[in-house]
Amino acid sequence: MKGAEFISRAQNTWCPGCGNFVIQHTMKEVLAGLGLLPEEVVVVSGIGCHAKIADYMQTNSFYSIHGRGIPVATGIHLGNPKLTVLCSAGDGDAYAEGLDHLIFAAKRNVDITVIIHDNRVYGLTTGQYTPTSPPGFAGKSTPEGTHEDPFNPLDLMLASGATFIARSYSRDKKGMAEVLKRAIRHKGFSFVEVLQVCASFYDAHACYDEHVYTPEGHNPSNRDSAEQLIREWNYAGEGAIPLGVLYERNAPTFGERVLAGKEGEIDRMGIIQEAIGKR
Amino acid sequence: MNDYSICIGGQAGEGINKAGMLIGRVLGLLGYHVYMYYDYPSLIRGGHNYAILRGADHEIGAVSGKPDIVCALDQETVQQHGEGAVLIYDADVAKGEGIGVPATTIIKEEGASPIARNTVLIGALCRAAGIPREILSEAVKKEFGPRSEENLRLALRGYHAGEERMQIPIRKNDPLPLLTGNDAIALGLIRGGLDAYVSYPMTPSSSILHTMADLAQDTPLLVIHPENEIAVITMALGLSYAGKRVAVGTSGGGFCLMTEGVSLAGMAEQPVVIVMAMRPGPSTGMPTYSSQGDLSFVLHAGHGEFPRIVIAPGTTEEAYEWSARAVHLAWRFQVPVFVLSDKNLGEHPKSTEIDPEFPMPVASVRSPRGTYDRYCNTPDGISPFYPPPLSDNVVKVNSYTHDDFGITTEDPGHAAANAVKLIRKGATIENEMAYYGCLRVDGAEDAPIALICFGSTGEACREIGERLSLRVIRPIILEPFPLAQCIDALMGVERMIVVEENATGQLDSLLRGFGINADRRIANVSGRPFSLDELEQKVREVMQ
Repeated sequence: MKGAEFISRAQNTWCPGCGNFVIQHTMKEVLAGLGLLPEEVVVVSGIGCHAKIADYMQTNSFYSIHGRGIPVATGIHLGNPKLTVLCSAGDGDAYAEGLDHLIFAAKRNVDITVIIHDNRVYGLTTGQYTPTSPPGFAGKSTPEGTHEDPFNPLDLMLASGATFIARSYSRDKKGMAEVLKRAIRHKGFSFVEVLQVCASFYDAHACYDEHVYTPEGHNPSNRDSAEQLIREWNYAGEGAIPLGVLYERNAPTFGERVLAGKEGEIDRMGIIQEAIGKR
Repeated sequence: MNDYSICIGGQAGEGINKAGMLIGRVLGLLGYHVYMYYDYPSLIRGGHNYAILRGADHEIGAVSGKPDIVCALDQETVQQHGEGAVLIYDADVAKGEGIGVPATTIIKEEGASPIARNTVLIGALCRAAGIPREILSEAVKKEFGPRSEENLRLALRGYHAGEERMQIPIRKNDPLPLLTGNDAIALGLIRGGLDAYVSYPMTPSSSILHTMADLAQDTPLLVIHPENEIAVITMALGLSYAGKRVAVGTSGGGFCLMTEGVSLAGMAEQPVVIVMAMRPGPSTGMPTYSSQGDLSFVLHAGHGEFPRIVIAPGTTEEAYEWSARAVHLAWRFQVPVFVLSDKNLGEHPKSTEIDPEFPMPVASVRSPRGTYDRYCNTPDGISPFYPPPLSDNVVKVNSYTHDDFGITTEDPGHAAANAVKLIRKGATIENEMAYYGCLRVDGAEDAPIALICFGSTGEACREIGERLSLRVIRPIILEPFPLAQCIDALMGVERMIVVEENATGQLDSLLRGFGINADRRIANVSGRPFSLDELEQKVREVMQ
């Protein structure tokens, strides 16, 4: 199946120059490249600019509510582990409204791929700060600048037990394709943060262009060097921003553990009769 | 009429619930219908816990009044419940007028754990009530299973230390299983085709989660306890999307967190069953007590307008059958279906006679042809429902206003069609629900005075209706409200008294919305169920 066949008939309303286009087109090419069919893939999204990807992809989709894409995706995976589940979330979605779910998905090692469209600003609500906005960010809700510092979501994911942690950049399509392919193939919870340019409210491309780099010779299974790379940039200063798969390890997945021995039909009358017999 | 009440009380951690169940088994083996009320504060050790066991020769689902026999593990129980009853107490820790049994000494002599004191007292209780030793032995064996040998020894020591004071006659009936409403809900959901149960613990719904988790061991049934109730409902909707029949369970505070997900289920037309077990609020309220204060909340929870079904079973038998139907109805109509329960129904065991294999409607299965439109606009408002993967098709569900295919739209025509479709589906549900008995009439069925109630207050009302020759009308389905069935049931009624366990009269308001105006209202906001004596007195007062 060609990549173009993964694009739906829905009219696209992202702003010209939006980083979401790159994510969508990388996604379609990676899915086609992996030989997946639209009916085998589910794209789950929350609410925000990123979330329109559910409409725009000609795959199964669950366009959910703000912050709750991850538990929906977890439920879909447990309901049918044969489906390839991609969960797109915004930084407001996954880092603010639904942060608890992100941590728990990492902790459980749910076999889904979470792609954070991190533009570091609320786009659809027209420009407020997010948990990864730079310090002092002056948005519509914080005209005098924020009074809090950003957190580093990759560091949080490492602490939460994520088994795959990667960062991409929306102006590095080739690198993103490689990351996304490995993320989908990874057995377990894959966390892919995409630094995404917001053409309308926070266009940081000049800064990213200057600071992003792909570390050479990094072994993602080495937790110490992964941690070092993850902490190289804290979303605040002007530090170098490493891209690529920064951490990866193997661990049993939530689905494997929950669904072990759960095949077959439920003997409903057997369960009911036995329970009544004991009472 | 044979009707006995036995109270056993002590501190939290002294096994009062288990002791109550043992007495229940004894009464069951004597051939009685059994109902147990269990009163416990929200703490793990200390405080005052008690159970009241009622055994009667007719079907019961409420406590009557003062107990005939009291078993006291502490002084508090003697003081609170002992007056006027045959009192059996642990003479090592309490004083009283009655049968003192040195239960603590006996436990020490037998090298048993202190929690087994209640078994000693129950032995003495059986002696006091003239209950044959064989029945006591059988009850201990059934209740304790592999641990019955030691308990049997302790019970018999209590039996020999006691003395006969009365005679509870033996009836020649086989014991019925003792099920709580939560047991019945769990089993009913399984009967209805449940594949997965998702819940975060919250009293008084937690025992459904515990029972489900226990029953699911070594079976394909999935039971998941996620990080919070928001994850519960959204994970359930994910499972539902992937083709699993799923239910969630919670109580007021947890349900507050779920409401955005309920609205999502409404818009996305993603079926789910929600068991909502009420307790007194607002906020944390009284976690281990009961209330009917969330009826209005459940009827309206979730923003926007979408159809739903709200079922309020009043007995364990109804809890079984209607929980099974809840699963069927949710998937038939692709709507959130509520099983509205409370602590009084959910946690109190009762002799329950169910037909596990009662007939259920069978859902029709059709294969999709051509391009699949998840939200295909049909005359009855119900679109064909298929989980992915569908060959050569994709399944798109959406929380936004959407077109037939599932893609977001803000087009005015589509928006109207979307809204009207949901309303039309509501009308279809209302029409089809007319085929079910959505309402129950008890008591004197043609009496001119009617008690109207819902849910767990129904059983107390039924018995008072029988005592005072009143008609008792109890809707089981509260949304869509079974108006035609209700008007039919009200034929010839001259006075209406609404009985409910909330302060503002939520059932009363619901009825008024349909032009059914009650003359009087009896409220109870104590967290405790109406006892028969108390309800009878209140009914007599308002009837004057």
